Amino acid sequence: MENPIITIDNVTMQFRLSHEKVNSIKEYFIRMLKKNLRYSDFYALKNISFQVQKGQRIGIIGPNGAGKSTLLRIISGIMKPTKGSIQVNGSVSPLLELGAGFDDEFSGAENIYLNGAILGKTKHFLDEHFEEIVAYSELAEFIDSPVKNYSSGMKAKLGFSIATQVESDILIIDEVLGVGDQNFKKKSSAKIKELMEKGITTILVSHNIEQIRKLTDKTIWLEEGCMKAFGESCEVCEQYEANE
Amino acid sequence: MKRYIRYFKTFQQYFFLLTVLVKTDIKKKYKGSFLGVLWSLINPLLDMIVMTIVFSTLFQRSIDNFPVYLLTGRLLFGFFSQCTKASMKSIISSAKLIKKIYIPKYIISLSNVIANFLFFLISLVALIIIMLATRAPVSIYILYVPYYLITLFFFSCGVSLFLSTLTVFFRDLEHIYTVFLTVLMYASAIFYPAEIIPDRFRFILTINPLYHFIAGFRAVVYHGFAPEAKNLLVCFAVAVVSMMIGIIVFEKKQDRFILYL
Repeated sequence: MENPIITIDNVTMQFRLSHEKVNSIKEYFIRMLKKNLRYSDFYALKNISFQVQKGQRIGIIGPNGAGKSTLLRIISGIMKPTKGSIQVNGSVSPLLELGAGFDDEFSGAENIYLNGAILGKTKHFLDEHFEEIVAYSELAEFIDSPVKNYSSGMKAKLGFSIATQVESDILIIDEVLGVGDQNFKKKSSAKIKELMEKGITTILVSHNIEQIRKLTDKTIWLEEGCMKAFGESCEVCEQYEANE
Repeated sequence: MKRYIRYFKTFQQYFFLLTVLVKTDIKKKYKGSFLGVLWSLINPLLDMIVMTIVFSTLFQRSIDNFPVYLLTGRLLFGFFSQCTKASMKSIISSAKLIKKIYIPKYIISLSNVIANFLFFLISLVALIIIMLATRAPVSIYILYVPYYLITLFFFSCGVSLFLSTLTVFFRDLEHIYTVFLTVLMYASAIFYPAEIIPDRFRFILTINPLYHFIAGFRAVVYHGFAPEAKNLLVCFAVAVVSMMIGIIVFEKKQDRFILYL
């Protein structure tokens, strides 16, 4: 059997919530003198373990605050877990926040390069795919004007085009299947389906159970940082719905 | 060993990002200004004129080409102070990005250092102009200039990594550092001759790492002397130690950035 593309082994993420945020020297000393450095611990994830095989489509469900976003952040490498280990064998393209790397002062074209570079792509690759990205975003007319003049829908379109055209090994989607206008919405869900069929590994977070059932093979159910269930999507979804 | 190969590979992968970020920094700095990049030249020149008017009569006897003497110190100090000061904000101002996507975080700090270094190189043209205008003599030892520029780059880079890490946890460090920079400026013999410092306070110059770069740079550019072996060694050691501290501190703390941004 092939090596799994993502291995999560006993991952725990613990946050330290100080009662008030201390981030200056002055406050730190005041609090130390007053012996007032109190913290309380909060577990966003507790002993999570699972593996994802190449080409699998994984759904993550759970109520708000269950640790879904934290799990995605750990998979993307944004956060390191407090305990446990994670291994990812491939590049990750997060659709968490479309256009997170945009610089408003610069033009759409410049931002394609900036954002592509942030996703770890080379100049050569971006030169080659520049036309495709522009065409897909339907923003050819505005590509030379600064992004600050874009509407939020336009920004999302551009971000989506970049994130899906860079061909990463793993696609992470955090409820963004509704980007832009009706037309683009259709186009973007078609694109995601196409990528999934191509065999790209996908992790999808959604509150829409129907979507999870339709689009994913396996589902993880998180509740208060614990994994309540991990298995075939239709089974887990059924359990989840029964629970509500 | 494997670890270093991996580091090298990610650096290679994100090298393009580094160039894009440097370009972005440069474009931003000169955006909307009519004279653009020329400001990097005009600024030190205007500064020099003011300082020359104020101080040259004061130190006339001991410093003979005051504008060149001043610029050799002022430009090096200017680079160090601007670069390290900007570095303190580098991680914090990229918070939006760091929270959303994985990128090697040192790339952000490094791009700031490189951009400032490029501004510094442009500002050195001001020194060349003044040297030509005042017909300052040039000796063969001026070939040592790149050595000082490179060691100064790494010294500033180490300090920048260190400061950008610390500022994430202690935001008010910025205000303290501004005061510290003023002290550092007076302790670097930029606009006065080093000889006027009484012997018992001379140690201040010795313990000021930046002064060694200024002294060495001045020796080869302004005095036309051969650089002292001791000075060359000190600059090298300061650069290496600074880089080591910077990298170790940054590496150790970078995973915690996200919790404080």
